[in-house]
Amino acid sequence: MAAEGKTIDALSQFELVPVLGPIGRAVGFSQSNAHMLLAVGLITLLFMVGMRHRAVVPGRLQSAAEMLYEFVEGVLIGQVGHEGRRYFPFVFALFMFVLFGNMLGLLPYAFTYTSHIAVTLGLAILVFLVTTIVALAIHGKKFFGYFFPEGAPLWLAPIIIPVEVVSYISRPISLSIRLFANMVAGHVMLKVFATFIVLIGSLGAVGFLGAALPLAVNVALIGFEILVAFLQAYVFAILTSIYLHDAVHLH
Amino acid sequence: MMPRLPHGSFWRLAVIGLLLAQAPAALAQHVTAPAPTGPVRTDEPLPGGRPPSPPVQADSDRANAIREANRTAAEYNQAAHEAADAGGMPQLDFGNPLTIAQVVWLFVIFGLLVFLAAHYLLPPVAEVLENRRARIGADLDAARDARAEAEAAEAGQRDSTARARAEAQASVAAAAAAAQADAARRNEALAEKLNAQIAEAETRISAARDSAMAALREAATDATDALVKRLSGLDDKTAVEAAVGRELAARNITSGAA
Repeated sequence: MAAEGKTIDALSQFELVPVLGPIGRAVGFSQSNAHMLLAVGLITLLFMVGMRHRAVVPGRLQSAAEMLYEFVEGVLIGQVGHEGRRYFPFVFALFMFVLFGNMLGLLPYAFTYTSHIAVTLGLAILVFLVTTIVALAIHGKKFFGYFFPEGAPLWLAPIIIPVEVVSYISRPISLSIRLFANMVAGHVMLKVFATFIVLIGSLGAVGFLGAALPLAVNVALIGFEILVAFLQAYVFAILTSIYLHDAVHLH
Repeated sequence: MMPRLPHGSFWRLAVIGLLLAQAPAALAQHVTAPAPTGPVRTDEPLPGGRPPSPPVQADSDRANAIREANRTAAEYNQAAHEAADAGGMPQLDFGNPLTIAQVVWLFVIFGLLVFLAAHYLLPPVAEVLENRRARIGADLDAARDARAEAEAAEAGQRDSTARARAEAQASVAAAAAAAQADAARRNEALAEKLNAQIAEAETRISAARDSAMAALREAATDATDALVKRLSGLDDKTAVEAAVGRELAARNITSGAA
């Protein structure tokens, strides 16, 4: 799949393929969804196994679980304050889901579900709906005051309100495209340089030496991608927290 | 911990998700028949418009089912190939039913994760962290108490040391004062006694001197009288007495009490 013939095929890695035989085909269950299930399974396993002793002095797995917990908690509480505690499972699930999706995608043969705009947009719209519903539930009609800050001169309303509404509505778009574009770019780069390794390596002895360069690039890229994987999950979580802050406090 | 997503709504979401996930396939006709005698070849790429290969059969239901199954499989393959051939991104291929089904499954699986996180994954962590915080807090409190106690004990000890020292100093001072007073009293008594003795001795000395002086005048007069009698033969006792008196007065020796 890396180099069919002599072409660079960087996009076929994103193709969806139904799994689980005829049943999976009937319900449209693709390898992307299988990886989502795998991520959820791994997250569950990490916390179930890590926390099974509930030790006061934690072991390695428990430390990892606690670290992730406290990290997301810090992000959420730092933005929203203690009123945000009730949304913690949601933000935590988002962070872990995106983090594991990004990280799993770096493994060979794995599929990166966060590289699909449909998935990231789905998550972003979920965030958008949750934050909007929270805002409406807490503030009722006053929520619409969010689009026109108090104290602004009234004649500016025709300018301010559309700008605020557009910026509010474009949140899920920027949120989803950021994650999607980062993951696609990273994986395309990896695939392109991996193809270079194969293409150059097939040139014989000289090719073997030449292939070392794209290999080195790929090694560096993998490190970079691990950083991006974490960073994008963090960005997703912190932006969600910021939106939740706006929803809870209205500015 | 957080009743944001109650069980009821989760299951409702799951059921809706399942139903929606089936929608694409359901739209593309039901796949109702079990696998027929011949295997359903799903990997055979069927170009779009080409009619299925088996000719019209008597058992048309079954044949239709097989045809549909093959067609569904072929659609996926075809869509994938088309996307690949067109050089477009598979992510933007919304003609592929898997793209939308993927999102529906995403909501189901993500909902499952939120549910698991809220009810099974996070509470133990919160509990452990709370326990640890409480334990560390209790230990710190105990340590603080112990320190306060130690400080109190130290202060008490310092207090009692100071008090003991003050007491000791007071008693030393009192003893010194008493000793001084005693010594002064004894000194005074001694001085008095000595003064009395001195006075007595002086009286005695002056009496002795007086008597000695009286005896000296008599002796001098007698000796002078005797000398004058022997040398000149004169016997003028009165003149001798006067001369001795004069001489003694000149030498500042008087016969009376000095």
